Amino acid sequence: MPVQPAIQAEGLSKRFGDVHALQGLNLTVAAGSVLGLLGPNGAGKTTTVRILTTLLRPDTGSARVAGLDVVRQPAAVRQVIGLAGQAAAVDENLTGRENLVMAGRLHHLHRSQTHRRAAELLQRFELTEAADRPVRTWSGGMRRRLDLAISLVGHPSVLFLDEPSSGLDPRGRHQLWQTIRQLLEAGTAVLLTTQYLEEADQLASQIVVIDHGRIIAHGTPERLKAQLGGDRLQLRLATPAAASRAAELVAHLGSGPPQVDAQTGQVTVPIPDGVAVLPGVVRQLDAAGLGLSDLAVRRPTLDDVFLTLTGQGTQPPNPSQAPATDQPRPERQPATRSPA
Amino acid sequence: MTTLAPRRAWTLAVADTAVMTRRYLYHYLRKPSLLGLALVQPVLFVLLWTYVFSGAIQTPGGIDYVDYLMPGLFILAIAFGSANTGVGLADDLAHGLIDRFRALPMARPALLAGRTLADTARNTFVVLLMVTVGYVVGFRFHAGPAAALATLALPLAVGYLLSWISALIGLTVRDPETAGTASLLPVIPLAFTSSTFVPVATMPGWLQAWANNNPITHTVDATRALALGGPTSGPLLRAVAWILGILAVVIPLAIHRYRRVTQ
Repeated sequence: MPVQPAIQAEGLSKRFGDVHALQGLNLTVAAGSVLGLLGPNGAGKTTTVRILTTLLRPDTGSARVAGLDVVRQPAAVRQVIGLAGQAAAVDENLTGRENLVMAGRLHHLHRSQTHRRAAELLQRFELTEAADRPVRTWSGGMRRRLDLAISLVGHPSVLFLDEPSSGLDPRGRHQLWQTIRQLLEAGTAVLLTTQYLEEADQLASQIVVIDHGRIIAHGTPERLKAQLGGDRLQLRLATPAAASRAAELVAHLGSGPPQVDAQTGQVTVPIPDGVAVLPGVVRQLDAAGLGLSDLAVRRPTLDDVFLTLTGQGTQPPNPSQAPATDQPRPERQPATRSPA
Repeated sequence: MTTLAPRRAWTLAVADTAVMTRRYLYHYLRKPSLLGLALVQPVLFVLLWTYVFSGAIQTPGGIDYVDYLMPGLFILAIAFGSANTGVGLADDLAHGLIDRFRALPMARPALLAGRTLADTARNTFVVLLMVTVGYVVGFRFHAGPAAALATLALPLAVGYLLSWISALIGLTVRDPETAGTASLLPVIPLAFTSSTFVPVATMPGWLQAWANNNPITHTVDATRALALGGPTSGPLLRAVAWILGILAVVIPLAIHRYRRVTQ
């Protein structure tokens, strides 16, 4: 008997008024694997998770989670899934332990089993010390860990993590990745949404890039990165004229054409060889008499994925279109961020 | 595995409701200020109305104004407190907790059932406190212990009903502050155009027509009859009919709203 996929979605569509959140999305997550769903705000990531976790009905299409139909067998689906949403959905007035025990009772575990499971998860997420204090006294990172712990109470066979690292500082993020990796070793299938290419790269075995409710790319992280052509060399020059001149000079280094932002004087080129190119770049620009105001080599971002795949960056989020629960995008133009 | 025997489904629904009731009771215990304020207001009601109005208002049959007033004040205090239900649910919604619960394999009505039960427990506390303060300022039950118990039970039933209405409002407006204000909107005019403070016969004729058909008038009249003695079956029947009738409409509406609230 072939192993059934953890998640299989076909032709999912969902419309909110005039906004087409999903437009015929197909998705398969193999048993025991991790799929990273990557996209900007309003791409349809959260809508996908909400449909697969029975919180939302699709307008058309169908989906099975652990072989169970999300529309026809929602109660059965809820018994086998775990969900950690974008905000840490924890009860601040209860202690950490009480939050876990409550979730255990609602999963209909036996009393002794519930308490054992709570203690086990508190230990695993390094929350034992704070366990009996009300959660409102906890830090954001601790709440996030508790949120994740709650989603695991019922021993889910399929876990949904909707932007699990949003609101965490870099240290908290790395701790979280560590925790998620341990889960993966235990064989739980995971659907993870993220706006960070690096996060998907770190955790997922397959990445699906979506935009406006449609898949625009999919494959292994390696394949996607190869398509992106390596790291990004980023130069900033004083004037737009100097920027386009600099772009011509460094074009031969790139694995793709340089992008010039005339407004900011910024030039971005994908470079396969990393920092090795820096001395040459500096010498060349210096010889041409072009003054640099900034120079950096950085990892590709979601924006670069979109530039490569679609020829344009992620659209600045339109506040009226972005679902209210989405976080502001981390990159570009702080002035256009939508209120979260 | 996917379909439960009806009996088991019922047992689980009751267990889930108990978990939710306990959760919301913890909220009151963990926020002493919330509980404290919930208790100060009813006490103020008793003291203010008793002392400020007792000289000015003629009661039918010359009974003490405090005896006339207390049954209505039970209902008024509970009615004002009922906004907590909607505020709490809107707060759960804002914190993503409703989504969390809806993705758990728990009985659908358990969250609302637990919330309204916890609020009824709180109301019981409020009413007992008011009786205590009432006794200090001269209030007495006049119709024996069974009627006295019913005098307390009827306002609690009204409170249960108003909690479901507030739940429906909270899940509809979705914002805690708005939920608080919106939940009081129907309560204030209904309470003040009823027989809570003054006999309906003292109102202008057009208002009498309204006040005589106001459900609060019927429940206050029944509670008052239970406290003071006299004919109770007529008012009690009307009050219970109103309460059950409105509950039969509001509970399904609120549960329906809960099912769809984050769609």
